[in-house]
Amino acid sequence: MMETVFTPFQSLAGGALIGLAAVLLMAVLGRVMGATGILAGLLQPAGWSDWSWRAAVMAGMISGPAVVLLLTGQMPVIQVPGTTAMLVVGGLLVGIGVTFGAGCTSGHGVCGNARLSPRSIVATLTFMLTTAITVYVIRHLTGV
Amino acid sequence: MRLIVSYLIGLVFGIGISISGMANPAKVLNFFDIAGSWDPSLAFVMGGALVVTFIGYRYVLRQPSPLMSPKFLLPTRRDLDLPLIGGSAVFGIGWGIAGFCPGGALPALGTGRTEVFVFVASLLAGIVIAKFLQAALARRTQATA
Repeated sequence: MMETVFTPFQSLAGGALIGLAAVLLMAVLGRVMGATGILAGLLQPAGWSDWSWRAAVMAGMISGPAVVLLLTGQMPVIQVPGTTAMLVVGGLLVGIGVTFGAGCTSGHGVCGNARLSPRSIVATLTFMLTTAITVYVIRHLTGV
Repeated sequence: MRLIVSYLIGLVFGIGISISGMANPAKVLNFFDIAGSWDPSLAFVMGGALVVTFIGYRYVLRQPSPLMSPKFLLPTRRDLDLPLIGGSAVFGIGWGIAGFCPGGALPALGTGRTEVFVFVASLLAGIVIAKFLQAALARRTQATA
């Protein structure tokens, strides 16, 4: 188990920027800021104009940590408690789940819930619940 | 112009994810570990993102069209079905095992950490597997219809 420090202000500011990006993408391109949807569209391109904006958004996302490093002098902290096998199994399950569920924390959790979409509200409650159960089982029942 | 704006919007998202802590699996998992090393930060990330998006969308979606595109492309389905609930349940299990969600992991690629690349490669494989499964299920449904 890795302890982390409670960061209400950074987290709130970071969350607000995530929201700002979602609002801007809707205002400019009329699109939902869902990481799943943007990524899936990159894999199955529907023409250059559809593929290129997704690739540009993705490039921007990946530049985020470097800009944070420039501004603050510190790379964002990444602590991975799981093993490589857990990253692989977790990654596969996340990929399968978000494809069938048609969205993840950003698409359903932020954009869909902000529109009060019933599908997004149910999706969010479902994945929050199964994540909590999984973390409980791994940490308190199996003791990894 | 459209691509530069798209890049900058992605950048705002990436900076937001980076400073919020969503790119850090330990922090994300600790949010769910109320019985152990609980870190409530994630609630502030979701809260901040939701408030801004909720208010921003009210204004934006009242406009006749987006600035650089002919129309708003919004999901229109409202029905609750098994793929939505089952898929979301499976996503949560994976998120709980790995600690990364797609929106957290994509910006985290920029840190160059090997673990993130392992996760994103598996995520892509999962998406491809699911697309094949969806296509196979659609064919079967068509055949029986």
